[in-house]
Amino acid sequence: MSIFDDPFDADSRVNAGCICGQHRSPAEHEHALRALRCEPVVESAEKRYENVVASAVLRAVFPQAATRRAFLKSVGAATALAAVSQFFPLKTATEAFAEAGAPEKKDLKVGFIPITCATPIIMAAPLGFYAKAGLNVEVVKTAGWAVIRDKTINKEYDASHMLAPMPIAISLGLGAQPIPFTVPAIENINGQGIVLSMKHKDKRDPKDWKGLKFAIPFDYSMHNYLLRYYLAEHGIDPDTDVQLRSVPPPEMVANLRADNIDGFLAPDNICQRAIYDGVGFLHILSKEIWDGHPCCSFAASREFITSAPNSFAALTRAIVDATAYASKADNRKQIAEAIAPANYINAPVTVLEQVLTGTYADGLGGVKTDPKRVDFDPFPWQSFAVWMLTQMKRWGQIKGDVDYKAVAEQIYLATDTRKVMTEMGLTPPKDSYKSFSVMGKPFDPTKPDDYVASFKIKKAS
Amino acid sequence: MTASLRLRAAVVSIVLLAVFLGAWHLATRSTGTAANMSPEYAKLMGMTATQGKSAMPGPLDVGAKLWEHLKRPFYDNGPNDKGLGIQLAFSLGRVMLGYLIAVAIAIPLGFLIGMSPLMSKALDPFIQIMKPISPLAWMPLALYTIKDSSLSAIFVIFICSVWPMLINTAFGVASVRKEWINVARTLEVGNVRRAFTVILPAAAPTILTGMRISIGIAWLVIVAAEMLVGGTGIGYFVWNEWNNLSITNVIIAILLIGVVGMVLDQILARVSRLVTFPE
Repeated sequence: MSIFDDPFDADSRVNAGCICGQHRSPAEHEHALRALRCEPVVESAEKRYENVVASAVLRAVFPQAATRRAFLKSVGAATALAAVSQFFPLKTATEAFAEAGAPEKKDLKVGFIPITCATPIIMAAPLGFYAKAGLNVEVVKTAGWAVIRDKTINKEYDASHMLAPMPIAISLGLGAQPIPFTVPAIENINGQGIVLSMKHKDKRDPKDWKGLKFAIPFDYSMHNYLLRYYLAEHGIDPDTDVQLRSVPPPEMVANLRADNIDGFLAPDNICQRAIYDGVGFLHILSKEIWDGHPCCSFAASREFITSAPNSFAALTRAIVDATAYASKADNRKQIAEAIAPANYINAPVTVLEQVLTGTYADGLGGVKTDPKRVDFDPFPWQSFAVWMLTQMKRWGQIKGDVDYKAVAEQIYLATDTRKVMTEMGLTPPKDSYKSFSVMGKPFDPTKPDDYVASFKIKKAS
Repeated sequence: MTASLRLRAAVVSIVLLAVFLGAWHLATRSTGTAANMSPEYAKLMGMTATQGKSAMPGPLDVGAKLWEHLKRPFYDNGPNDKGLGIQLAFSLGRVMLGYLIAVAIAIPLGFLIGMSPLMSKALDPFIQIMKPISPLAWMPLALYTIKDSSLSAIFVIFICSVWPMLINTAFGVASVRKEWINVARTLEVGNVRRAFTVILPAAAPTILTGMRISIGIAWLVIVAAEMLVGGTGIGYFVWNEWNNLSITNVIIAILLIGVVGMVLDQILARVSRLVTFPE
């Protein structure tokens, strides 16, 4: 019996089994499937917490499964629930469970960059996810990745939205003084795209891209690694055959219009904005390079975790909750409206809706639909960190040997997040590593050095 | 004669403005439907793509938007979206703070340099090197050492606006007419009293000129500093609207920055008229 099953269901069988045979019941099988996608299993968190608590209490009262079922059969679930709550304050227990420890610091500041990757961080404010976790969070819009890094290091922000490789770069001291940072949650997966200027409408084969100028948002970004990967797979050396420039996302569209760049791999709403303004067209979605790739992360310094562990846990809960909410397609329209105003992303609602719902104009006169254009999944797979490290190594950002596993486990807090998710009644994946493939080439997180060596195009080191 | 000159100048100003607005309006007209596209596709696209609307807003768009802002200058929709009045107040507060610190340091130090030829020679190379440094160059250093973005902005205003005042004060103090100082000396006026009753009034016009240059610089710096550190202020407003590619709002902000800068300059011009004296 899983902890999420209805504890008052007398008919639940112990060894029902499921289709795939790996789970003990069809319900558990379904649950595991959903958990993989991080969809909340029960609609409301309160209900979920209540189930978890009631189930635990009932099990404590009747440790024997047979006695429990007999009791339920004889009195009925409703009576049982009433009886249990007679001598055990279920409501108070549920509240205490949901609150965990009281946060040391309630008023928190969280920085974000106005792009749709930050959706869970941003929407948690207008839709009340922070408040539910007992926090008073001010989400502050920030001018660029370097500024967000400095402000978080300077403790003006307690936590912030960062590109997934940034906490690794900061912890390793690349482009900053080394300060231990952590990633308790990934924000979004997919949700980026390669946009080309309208004049390259007929240049769809990357082999013809020699000499073009591309913009990326930051050196330590998935965008940089994905674009380099994509170009290299097509035989273009990103260091010598094309120019890659680090440009703040809002300036990308203006630069594309002014013909200063030929295209970019950028976060969304920027891609869709270029299309909306008739400046460029969508060449491919980043999903076509690596389906399910991480992009942005929710990051905090290790110091914040040690000095305010309960605030940190509450913040992680709020983000995980918001991410789970954002992962549901039905909620996307509402989210687009909540985050479009000037206080948050400051972009036309149509643009955000196209990004979040996945029904979008491609810039060439067609309307396409891809509900997984952007998706949200909080689990910080450590294999993601290992992959980023291999790319940092591949392109010469890291010199010398890297202890991939140690760095990944230091920064990507899979264990802590798993604990928080379990407490919340979600089922996180059991492993912290998974293999995946990028453009058809499989990646084995246990053999990072072989992976780096297997690339033909890389920076000689 | 002066009245008619003023009138004629006003007429020329208005004609120039009208010509400028007219040219702007013509240059940014829509070019008609750009391309034929399916209605469901057109619904997903912006006005520039569907109706061939110029990416640059016309004067009418800017006027309408400006009116909207002027109607509700003090709204507050949360930490990242406040009315223009509030943003300007934040910027002015920062400028005033940085500027007052600069005044408090530049004027006494300027007196010292002006009254002592030795200090004047000794400090000159430092002043000459520090003076031409751009505010943007100070910003990373300030952020790194001060570790607080709003203090960094104030520091940058201070460091950029201190030099003209310092140089002008030193120059004004050094060039007080020798006869006046000698008269004071003959009357056995003490050092402190001499500084306040003879040198200060005599050097006041030059000092105020320095202060007037400095306030202009401080106002120039605030926009750049706020664009970097973000949060509040007119510089942040420009950046936030640039993020949304809303050129209309950027133009409005430019207009307002100009108007506020002019007002600040005029206030100091008034004050300096109060202290000038006929020789």
